[in-house]
Amino acid sequence: MNNYLRKFYYGDIPEDKAGGNIVSSEAKSDWPLWEVFIRSKQGLDHKHVGSLHAADAQMAMENARDVYTRRMEGVSLWVVESKYIHASNPEEAGELFEPAADKIYRHPTFYDLPEEVNQM
Amino acid sequence: MQTHDLEKIFEQKIDNEIKIEPKDWMPEAYRKTNIRQVSQHAHSEIVGMLPEGAWISRAPSLKRKAILIAKVQDEAGHGLYLYSACETLGITREETINDLHSGKAKYSSIFNYPTKSWADIGAIGWLVDGAAIMNQVMLTRTSYGPYARAMVRICKEESFHQRQGFEILLVLSKGTDEQKAMCQDAVDRWWWPSLMMFGPHDSESTNSEQSMKWKIKRKTNDELRQNFVDMCAEQVKVLGMKIPDDKLKWNEERMHYDFGEINWDEFWNVVKGNGPCNKERLDARKKAWDEGEWVREAAAAHAEKRKKRKAA
Repeated sequence: MNNYLRKFYYGDIPEDKAGGNIVSSEAKSDWPLWEVFIRSKQGLDHKHVGSLHAADAQMAMENARDVYTRRMEGVSLWVVESKYIHASNPEEAGELFEPAADKIYRHPTFYDLPEEVNQM
Repeated sequence: MQTHDLEKIFEQKIDNEIKIEPKDWMPEAYRKTNIRQVSQHAHSEIVGMLPEGAWISRAPSLKRKAILIAKVQDEAGHGLYLYSACETLGITREETINDLHSGKAKYSSIFNYPTKSWADIGAIGWLVDGAAIMNQVMLTRTSYGPYARAMVRICKEESFHQRQGFEILLVLSKGTDEQKAMCQDAVDRWWWPSLMMFGPHDSESTNSEQSMKWKIKRKTNDELRQNFVDMCAEQVKVLGMKIPDDKLKWNEERMHYDFGEINWDEFWNVVKGNGPCNKERLDARKKAWDEGEWVREAAAAHAEKRKKRKAA
């Protein structure tokens, strides 16, 4: 294998204009990066906790067990190869999220109701 | 957007305590400083496994052996959290490790001192991990998000390290004369190198000022060192041991302990690679890396083969 890969870390690699050098490296036998998600207890969502390198999903799972759950941090693990995660661009955060800011009527506290209705 | 607009947004975030995340624009120097600091922190965790690992086979009881294995495994975990955080800054794991092996990247000088007796494992927990915690608690509030998150996880685990170390010393301090002497000897040898862990005086530290401005660091080297001395000067009384510093004395006016001057020649000498174990530590890391190469390749080949089998 002698192809050159540009690596993406859960969408985290600096953009060309981000002031950093784009990292390209020869894909030797270095293992891909995986993101790790843990369900801390039954009934809760899986939450992102970090990342690690592993040759395949099975190894990623085993490594995640060793690296991220040494103290009963979870009851279930997800591992996802980082390149499959697409992240929103921070520069577009305004367009994406600001429209919600002026819609305060979407929150229950927007409505003034008399005391009598009690706990609505 | 113009670079200087981006820089303004970046500085506003820092001022408003908004964390910088990997995809955000950041000044090149901020990125480089973080790469340097996070990678050196990671290397310290990994190299730090060596002096302690040396005592796993010689731990005095099964309980102590199990504890020490757990602790050394934690250090490996801490190294991995930090290497991952470092990679989000756009450097590969391999580059980072190459920098360690070539000597370009440093690790904490403390690990260039030998562990001569079992009491050293106690002293490392109490003093070395104690000093590290001072620094790490501060770093949970560092401005770079992935670094801060890694530090939160590390701090949760680190306090067991310090407590088990102190307990080792406490048991020795109540033991035979020989055990007491062993305890004092370990404190004597680890005290000054632990103070050196906080780095040069603020007036001498080239990285300090900018790092404070960017909120990568939140307290100066000297502030942290003072906190550490104040803490240890009290704790050592519980052990009934003596800190090897004639100038250590409570100063009512400052409400801090005064203490003697560090031997900076020794500090720089060890940083430059001439400490008692620099060569041994690096050789051990390189050996592990080189001898692990076939494993890394075999695992990759195995994964490839399994993928093909699945596809067929």
